[in-house]
Amino acid sequence: MSILVNKDTKVIVQGFTGKEGTFHAEQCLAYGTQIVGGVTPNKGGQEHLGKPVFNTVKEAVANTGATVSMIFVPPAFVSDAVMEAADAGIELAVIITEGAPVRDMQAAKAYAVKHNMMTIGPNCPGIITAEECKIGIMPGMIFKKGNVGLISKSGTLTYEGANQVCNEGYGITTAVGIGGDPIIGLSYKQLLPMFEADPETEAIVMIGEIGGDLEIQAAAFIKENITKPVVAFIAGQTAPAGKRMGHAGAIISGGAGTAAEKMAALEAAGVKVVVSPAEIGKAVSEVLSK
Amino acid sequence: MNIHEYQAKQIFAKYGVPTPRGIVANTPEQAFLNAQELGGNIWVVKAQIHAGGRGLGGGVKLAKSHEEVKQLASEILGMTLVTHQTGPEGKLVQKVYIEEGADIKDELYLGVVLDRAKEMPVIMASTEGGMEIEKVAEETPEKIIKVAVDPAIGFQGFHGRELVFGLGITDKAEQGKFIKFAKALYTVYMENDAEMIEINPLIKTGSGEFLALDGKMGFDDSALGRHPDIEDMRDISEEDPDEREASQYGLSYISLDGEIGCMVNGAGLAMGTMDTINYMGGTPANFLDVGGSANAETVAKGFEIILKNKNVKAIFVNIFGGIVRCDRIANGILEATKITDVNVPVVVRLDGTNAPEAAEILKNANISNIIVGSDLGDGAAKAVAAAKGE
Repeated sequence: MSILVNKDTKVIVQGFTGKEGTFHAEQCLAYGTQIVGGVTPNKGGQEHLGKPVFNTVKEAVANTGATVSMIFVPPAFVSDAVMEAADAGIELAVIITEGAPVRDMQAAKAYAVKHNMMTIGPNCPGIITAEECKIGIMPGMIFKKGNVGLISKSGTLTYEGANQVCNEGYGITTAVGIGGDPIIGLSYKQLLPMFEADPETEAIVMIGEIGGDLEIQAAAFIKENITKPVVAFIAGQTAPAGKRMGHAGAIISGGAGTAAEKMAALEAAGVKVVVSPAEIGKAVSEVLSK
Repeated sequence: MNIHEYQAKQIFAKYGVPTPRGIVANTPEQAFLNAQELGGNIWVVKAQIHAGGRGLGGGVKLAKSHEEVKQLASEILGMTLVTHQTGPEGKLVQKVYIEEGADIKDELYLGVVLDRAKEMPVIMASTEGGMEIEKVAEETPEKIIKVAVDPAIGFQGFHGRELVFGLGITDKAEQGKFIKFAKALYTVYMENDAEMIEINPLIKTGSGEFLALDGKMGFDDSALGRHPDIEDMRDISEEDPDEREASQYGLSYISLDGEIGCMVNGAGLAMGTMDTINYMGGTPANFLDVGGSANAETVAKGFEIILKNKNVKAIFVNIFGGIVRCDRIANGILEATKITDVNVPVVVRLDGTNAPEAAEILKNANISNIIVGSDLGDGAAKAVAAAKGE
């Protein structure tokens, strides 16, 4: 078992024939992901990586039965691509592209929500169900099958965390890189109950960072709803205040956003919080051997 | 990207957000002429730097004659202004804004920013203008009115009514003027891909007009491509030269005050590396994310920028290769040691894609000041020890 995607998930790629799309679609195919086609306007009818190319997402869905789309289009075209996927009845869009304007993502996310399409990202490594389905840009070989679910805002910390968990002799059910942009799709609060309901997942690792209050919301949710052990790390304890965070931004969350505050909230919710990401593997081992 | 007050006011004017009249100057002589051109008998000379708290720092002064405008401009231009937002080193003033004096009856606050939880812009208003808004939020949060606007419907009448009734504006003519002001400001925010706008204070004059006495704007860097007019407003002298140089090579760099230089791929792991160094008793000298397309040239540049900081006693290169291939980083490190005189110990931890090849490359190079770390914890510990000279 796993969450959201598995070996039977049919995936299309938006921005299929571009450089990034091609490279990573190839890697995903090699991993075993069922990539059933892709979309590049004006290249419909062609074949790419042995799969059909369509002009529109609607055509791709009608011809392949795909339910998930992996999006690699350039930043300026991301919102258009996300809305097209939602309009075509895609159930989950995984947005890898970095640098999409916030205003565009605001509109795209609102439209996706209205059409009951889940989104992951943007600016994220994607989602992987170990040894079954990789939809994204992560190095597949570090994700061994196992019993730990992982949710992370950071790409490389996802790899770091998964690698440590595997080195301790455990493995991953599904790992989700949710991205760290101001507006993102699925977050801790939506993903935690999925892991809670997944019979194979026995522990959850959540990796957060400074800014916003998603981790604080997650802490409140964990306290009420999650019975499986959770290990957390919050990056940015030593980051200088105010450097990237806009001035007025801090007010909205009522002063929220620091690592210390998030760590305290998670600890109060019964989460095992580690101070260094180097301790993630050991902490997972501890909570699982209890 | 941030802009100066006078530039924000130029944008405001285009959208009908009322401001006092003013003209920017680079020299005291220009300031004198500006005052003449503006007319009137009272002027404000305002230092233009990208930081708040200018008034308290002595960067905003009132003048009652053209001569006095010139005198004050000559004092303010070239001064290093220290405010609570500049840090102790302060910022050099290179421009002053000469503005007509205003008849201030009330001082309010108005801002627009993204509410990340609601995922829509929120307009914030307060009767406590002129104060630090963070302080108001902390001490008297009930004095801040927040009105979220769904861009799908835009600024509606009810948004305006929530603002004016919340602020206690009862005069009908004034209500209309304030609503028009707020609606125009919302349009400025949306159409220019602003990240935040702050007007503090927004004043009500004796005759019941609302004016933006100050103006601060920040923009979404990802959207600058579609706003060449705003990109043109970039003031390079306001940016940290090292951070700017780094960004030209696709590196994201922030200088800190510790002793261990860090070169990492990915922002999260870069912060996590700093946290680990701190946890192990060391101090990070910088944040540096080499990004997804690191090669020999960018790695060499990274070393060069890190080593400009004379406090650096050791460097920790921590790479978990996903997109970035470790063998490329290893070659970059070797290349860098040829181009740049790397005169401190370098601890290297490479994991992920092509890590075994990378280890081989470093081993064969046999460079004395390169120390290999086996994982994040081991690498950080070795970097901390190396910085202490152990």
